[in-house]
Amino acid sequence: MAADTKEILRLENLSLRYEAAAGWAVKGVTLTVDEGDFLAVVGENGSGKTSLLKMIAGLTPPTEGRVVFENLRACEVGYLPQQTAVQKDFPATVTEVVMSGLLNRKGFPAFYTKKDRETARAHLERFGAWDLRGESYRTLSGGQQQRVLLARALCASEKLLLLDEPVTGLDPNAAAELYDILADLHTRGMTILMVSHDVDGAVRRASKVLHMDTAPVYYGDAEGYLKRGGFHV
Amino acid sequence: MFDLTREMLSYPFIVRAFVVGTLVALCAALLGVSLVLKRYSMIGDGLSHVGFGTLAVAVALGLAPLSVSVPVVLLAAFLLLRISENSRIKGDAAIALISSSALAVGVVVLAMTVGMNTDVCNYLFGTILAMKKSDVTLSICLAAAVLALFVLFYNKIFAVTFDEGFAKATGTRAGVYKMLIALLTALVIAVGMRIMGAMLISSLVIFPALSAMRVFKSFGRVVVCAAILSVVCFYLGLLASYTYNTPAGASVVLANLAAFLVFSAAGQARRLIA
Repeated sequence: MAADTKEILRLENLSLRYEAAAGWAVKGVTLTVDEGDFLAVVGENGSGKTSLLKMIAGLTPPTEGRVVFENLRACEVGYLPQQTAVQKDFPATVTEVVMSGLLNRKGFPAFYTKKDRETARAHLERFGAWDLRGESYRTLSGGQQQRVLLARALCASEKLLLLDEPVTGLDPNAAAELYDILADLHTRGMTILMVSHDVDGAVRRASKVLHMDTAPVYYGDAEGYLKRGGFHV
Repeated sequence: MFDLTREMLSYPFIVRAFVVGTLVALCAALLGVSLVLKRYSMIGDGLSHVGFGTLAVAVALGLAPLSVSVPVVLLAAFLLLRISENSRIKGDAAIALISSSALAVGVVVLAMTVGMNTDVCNYLFGTILAMKKSDVTLSICLAAAVLALFVLFYNKIFAVTFDEGFAKATGTRAGVYKMLIALLTALVIAVGMRIMGAMLISSLVIFPALSAMRVFKSFGRVVVCAAILSVVCFYLGLLASYTYNTPAGASVVLANLAAFLVFSAAGQARRLIA
């Protein structure tokens, strides 16, 4: 990795309003994420954390402002979304789920090659989930499901990881395990942007913190945030 | 059963119904897996009712049924998908509204022109006498298109069905694939409606996928199983219809229901053993 920090993502006055008559869901977020940063986005429910992430992932078009990727194609992001109701009863094996992470680098027609299978295997093994490959996704425990989705996200990108409430619904052990995995990825140079309501767990691992209350309330390094004893509005 | 099949297929109109029905059953099952998993089953139902309405109007105006119903049903597919995606209006309620309105229009138009007679019954519950040579050609083209698109885009379809958010974030144009599935479903329904009937055609979309999901746990296997099951059930239904002189569409639905019950039991048994 180069000694000087390389910018990877820039948010310029990013704002969102779901309906013209409604108030702002996200207001005026301007920041840059450098390569190797671990940014924790924290805040109360309804503070615009997930909306912010969805704009970065390209799922919700911003009302104002823009998202700029540097040294990265817009589709080259690994995204770990909140679980949807559809997935709770979906017939899919772990392999099928993880392989779908590789589609963003496939042209047409999108068939998997032997190399793709090896990539998927490497990511599953990394999280100790290779033994689960033939299992049905819906029968896995919450922690196992998150590891599978993380493997899928890494198949999509080795550079930038966007996580939306990754520890929600996990028991403390599984949550700790997931945080360890993220910390490990961070030390290996992965850029991570994580939205979480678990402030303590998230901030302890992060290098930077953004505290949202529709608009940014705090943005700076994690140490400074901890020194202030969090931020309560 | 072999002799019975040979006897049945000695009638050209049954052969035509057999070919069209088999292809429609196959396509409906493939598309159905995605529709059911995405919770879009109601779209199939809505489309068939709209199809009935347009069929009635076409008959009243003396036009070829498919030339009117295909474009209208395609348009309806576009609208229904939009409606069910928009959470601000109650999607399922809006679809029910469109369904019953289209059905009412169809019934009134038919009553005013041909009078309420067995024709209406044929449209609602299907008849195997309706298939012409042109229908056979059309259904072969349609099936080829659905199969080719399904195989070529299989991995993308899986990704969009399983996790639309992730697919979009990583650069897959999810909306395009969903629209493709909805439009192909509309075509399948427009072609298959006259055999199966407007009231019954959506079962071809829903039943095979649900049955296959009782037993199989991978998406690939569910798709293959649903396709095979759908074709087998269509064949058994047609055979029963021929043997016992029952309506073809309803017989096929009952065959699908029987398969669903068997698969449910098998799924339960498997869970108890495991």
